[in-house]
Amino acid sequence: MLIFILKRLGVMLLTMFALTAIVFFLTNLEPNLIKLAKSDGNMRMTDEQTEQWLVNNGYRRPFLVRYGEWIGGVATGDFGHSVRYKKPVGELVAERLGATGILMFWVMLVMVPAALLVGVLAGMREGSRTDRSLSTFSIATTATPEYVSGIILTVLLASLLKDFSAEMHANYPWWSEGWHLNGSAASASGRAGPTIENFTLPVLTMALYGMGYIARMTRASMTEVMTAQYIRTARLKGVRFRTVVLRHALRNALIAPFTVIMLQFPWLLTGVVIVERMFNYKGFGDALVESAETNDIQLLLACSLVSVAVVLLTQLISDIGYAVLNPRIRVR
Amino acid sequence: MEPIGFAEIFARAAGLMAPVWLALAAVLLPSFLLRQRLGLYGKLFESGLGIVGLFLVLFWIFTALFAEAIAPYDAVEGVVSGMKQAVPGTPLPEREGEYYLFGGDNLARDVFSRLIVGSQTVLAIAPAATLFAFMVGITLGLPAGYFGGRYDTVLSFFANLVLAFPVILLFYLLVTPGIRETPIPIVMAAVLFVFPIVFFVVLFYSRYATRPQVLAVQLAIVLLVGGWLYAGLAFNADPFGIIRMDPNMLIIFVSVVFVNAPTVFRIVRGLAMDIKTRDYVAAAQTRGERPWYIMLWEILPNARGPLIVDLCLRIGYTTILLGTLGFFGLGVSPESPDWGLSINDGRRLWRSVEHIALPPALALMSLVLGLNLLADALREQSLKD
Repeated sequence: MLIFILKRLGVMLLTMFALTAIVFFLTNLEPNLIKLAKSDGNMRMTDEQTEQWLVNNGYRRPFLVRYGEWIGGVATGDFGHSVRYKKPVGELVAERLGATGILMFWVMLVMVPAALLVGVLAGMREGSRTDRSLSTFSIATTATPEYVSGIILTVLLASLLKDFSAEMHANYPWWSEGWHLNGSAASASGRAGPTIENFTLPVLTMALYGMGYIARMTRASMTEVMTAQYIRTARLKGVRFRTVVLRHALRNALIAPFTVIMLQFPWLLTGVVIVERMFNYKGFGDALVESAETNDIQLLLACSLVSVAVVLLTQLISDIGYAVLNPRIRVR
Repeated sequence: MEPIGFAEIFARAAGLMAPVWLALAAVLLPSFLLRQRLGLYGKLFESGLGIVGLFLVLFWIFTALFAEAIAPYDAVEGVVSGMKQAVPGTPLPEREGEYYLFGGDNLARDVFSRLIVGSQTVLAIAPAATLFAFMVGITLGLPAGYFGGRYDTVLSFFANLVLAFPVILLFYLLVTPGIRETPIPIVMAAVLFVFPIVFFVVLFYSRYATRPQVLAVQLAIVLLVGGWLYAGLAFNADPFGIIRMDPNMLIIFVSVVFVNAPTVFRIVRGLAMDIKTRDYVAAAQTRGERPWYIMLWEILPNARGPLIVDLCLRIGYTTILLGTLGFFGLGVSPESPDWGLSINDGRRLWRSVEHIALPPALALMSLVLGLNLLADALREQSLKD
């Protein structure tokens, strides 16, 4: 087991180096450097002056030297300086990751239990009416990317709910006038912090898209377990259906979804970027887009490093967790 | 004049889409009547969800085909003054009996026309890019699964490398205006577009190597057509000037293929590893067949079920990806009626005007839903066999 983990760690480090080198190469392409020189130096520099600026600032040294320098900086905790935010990158990324962490916490809290419940309910009686309607629901959610569900939910829960609340208030005075969900989460990253009004929509939007996939995996794994010999034995012994599902089937059925949930993290990154941009939430995804759009090379590099690390770490954890949870599979 | 009500809006929209309904009836009715004889396709009509999926997918295919005939106004330049952010069903000034059915967008263009014309981009790129990704994945994945060993280790490492790259980051790095000044898109296109040609050459060669007359004809066709498309698509150097690709489009296309190919590679590799232990493969090996013949003519046809299902799902996923690109305004020109871009345009104003973002959002959702339902029905039917 230890050798397995060490081997995975080795491959992971190798992948990490390869990927950061690619990102470093792509962010330091000629057009980007010229843009950087012009925005940082003087917009009206001639070609020779631009060239001179690049040489003076060390951008014309060999690729490997500059990459090594950057890696060295990262190893000692120095991520460079953000041109856009005028701040050390490390500090900025840590702050933004914290904000995204809060968002992810709520998303997971809503998504995972709901998805498991839907999957188990659908999978325990394959082919039943419950199964078919819940499966169709999961297919529908996987077909609705965040930028679509975000729009639909906002229209329903922000715009229409506002009109509805006004009407309700007219008839029932206790109904607070104009109560509706906030279509922007900008205040959640400020001093107000997350509230039901400003956080429900982003959390719901993200949870909905990821949910369908986990639910489908849970259902597949549940239907497989329900046809197993030991479930039939338990049923024939006269154990109640509910006990069979809760005691015998559930634990075994949740092994596969565990991997899927872990592998969901990197996939959620795209969701984080979309949702944070959509609802104006100042988190990690927002920083990534902002840095790419404003050609903030140091910040973009740090964001890439973090996202690649998240992907690889979750892969590692899911591999190890799978081996621990399922004693039948011991990867050599 | 007063705006018309929702019932009339939808009645008029349905009327405009008459060619689509006719085409749908022309395809679905005969298929339904002949479903017993149509194999897997016919079996789709046995499940309600399969019919719904097929209906949605065909609906958008025909909409894209007849888009020019359906769209009442110019989707890019059809600006009518006074129609900015007009509510759905607003009559046009000074034109009797003409309406902006789904309202006007932020530049006073017809939302309905943009919706219809926008379907063309999605339906042209998504299936084509997915097919290219499949060609790449199959050509590399079959030998990886069949031979295994060092070749497999190296290729799997590279596939995992691409898979570990967050998609959104890759797009932000690849689909930028700056990258077009570098040779990267052309190089990537040149490498990725070679795979279909290689695939077909090997496909025919492995089977007909002993029959030179047949082989010569097939190879000539593959190389001529393939080379022509290759020159046009990758280098924009079609001698006849028919096949060409906008540089913007090319980089989107290449990136989407690049992102999808490793996943297909992994699926094909897994399938090949599974199927190579079957008896018919052993029989072919005993007969003395060459490895490539076994891979392409014994293993691949028997892996078609899962691959067709994945193709459907993947086209849907690619549609979502293209929408994401449009949503961030990456790679598409700001005027194009692309769905993702329209969603993003409408999003800025959604609290006051909902109708600009909602139609393209629902359209994208229904197309992907159709593809997913189709994939699900296909999977269920192929499991029954």
